[in-house]
Amino acid sequence: MSETLQKTPLHALHLELGARMVPFAGFDMPVQYPLGVLKEHLHTREQAGLFDVSHMGQIILRGSDAARALETLVPVDIIDLPQGMQRYAMFTNAQGGILDDLMVANLGNDTLFLVVNAACKDQDLAHLREHLAERCEILPLFEQRALLALQGPAAATVLQRLAPEVASMTFMQLRAINLLGHDCYVSRSGYTGEDGYEISVPTDAAEALARRLLAEPEVQPIGLGARDSLRLEAGLCLYGHDMNSTTTPIEASLLWAISKVRRADGARAGGFPGAERIFAQQQQGVPRKRVGLLPQERTPVREGADIVDAQGNTVGNVCSGGFGPTLGAPLAMGYVDNEHAALDTPLFALVRGKQVALKVSKMPFVAQRYYRG
Amino acid sequence: MSELRFTEDHEWLRVESDGSVTVGITAYAQNALGDVVYVQLPELAHYDKGAEAATVESVKAASGIYMPLSGEVVAVNEALNDSPELVNEDPLAEGWFLRFIPANIDEVAALLDQDAYDRLIKANDDA
Repeated sequence: MSETLQKTPLHALHLELGARMVPFAGFDMPVQYPLGVLKEHLHTREQAGLFDVSHMGQIILRGSDAARALETLVPVDIIDLPQGMQRYAMFTNAQGGILDDLMVANLGNDTLFLVVNAACKDQDLAHLREHLAERCEILPLFEQRALLALQGPAAATVLQRLAPEVASMTFMQLRAINLLGHDCYVSRSGYTGEDGYEISVPTDAAEALARRLLAEPEVQPIGLGARDSLRLEAGLCLYGHDMNSTTTPIEASLLWAISKVRRADGARAGGFPGAERIFAQQQQGVPRKRVGLLPQERTPVREGADIVDAQGNTVGNVCSGGFGPTLGAPLAMGYVDNEHAALDTPLFALVRGKQVALKVSKMPFVAQRYYRG
Repeated sequence: MSELRFTEDHEWLRVESDGSVTVGITAYAQNALGDVVYVQLPELAHYDKGAEAATVESVKAASGIYMPLSGEVVAVNEALNDSPELVNEDPLAEGWFLRFIPANIDEVAALLDQDAYDRLIKANDDA
């Protein structure tokens, strides 16, 4: 069963730590450790959690035309992305649908560093090669690099012990930093809503770095289960669930991620796949959009549940849902028809044939605590 | 207190002195489920054997609790409404789900005894 699953460089460490492993995006990954999902979640919000996200794809684009070239695939300002900064982006298709979401950092020297989703990384690489091969070098680091995330209010205190210079970094900054004698890329970012770092580390140094961080008293290993509840409380999208190739950034409520300079009235308007449709949607509105949903009782409402109005008409469905340990209550995101998307609109989810009352709610559900200096 | 009986769905049953039968899930089951965050308890009504009487929601997923035998549910553990974590913390006692009057009490004795259930778990773990 597990023969075909890939392993990250930390696989043996996960087993040693007593992780429960599950298949995820073709990898054998830790869903939880003996601490359990609830306590792992709460520990991350209270102290610091270490996540193995080495299954994600790291790709370098290099060349004097790399930024200009990448702009033809994403609705985001890459040309003016300052050196040492990272930005959220998405690959769009000709219909404006989202092929994947990603992080793009400017490493300087005409070099961009991309982090893409595990399940999409082969397809993303093919997409980049198809469209950008003539314009820049495309170097997948899938085998060469692992990715660790250290997240939580104690993350900065912990990582400073290895590299004091991380203290002055602010949210979405990225630097080349030597950790334990290895050249790493450290960004102050993450997927939990907390302050923290993501660390790109050479594969053969990953386990030593993970063990060093886990030796710190504030740090616990955290699995994919808590990663999901943390990102959901933070209102962050999970590709393949909260958006996909049939949802546009406008429908996914990700207009904020489309850089002003690339919008219809911007200096470099359009020039990415699906721009016409996305601009039309921005102007005319969309039939449905992603919203936050708070169940008004304790029943968790899960992905796929239909959403109905008071008359029982289907008006949408849940794309992510579960229980928020910090919120102490269930929470969800869903796509609903535009006329039902206003804050505080009462709706119902169908769970095991019963109606569970919902309220359209603002996100994040738990305040983000990024370090902005 | 009589000895426990078990089902292959990892539920335990205990015949009480009044002839009713208490049902919960085993330590093995709660561990496999992970942290329980919500329990939908059954109605006080008749359920056929195998019918989904209750639902347990863990942080990961929803799982059905099936009636081990046909019978009339006469009590539910209301404490689980406010403290679903009792299922994890004390599955064989405070974390019980329901009490029912079986249509045929003799069927209880035909379920797995402790030894047979332990063998089942061992076989699962070795698989």
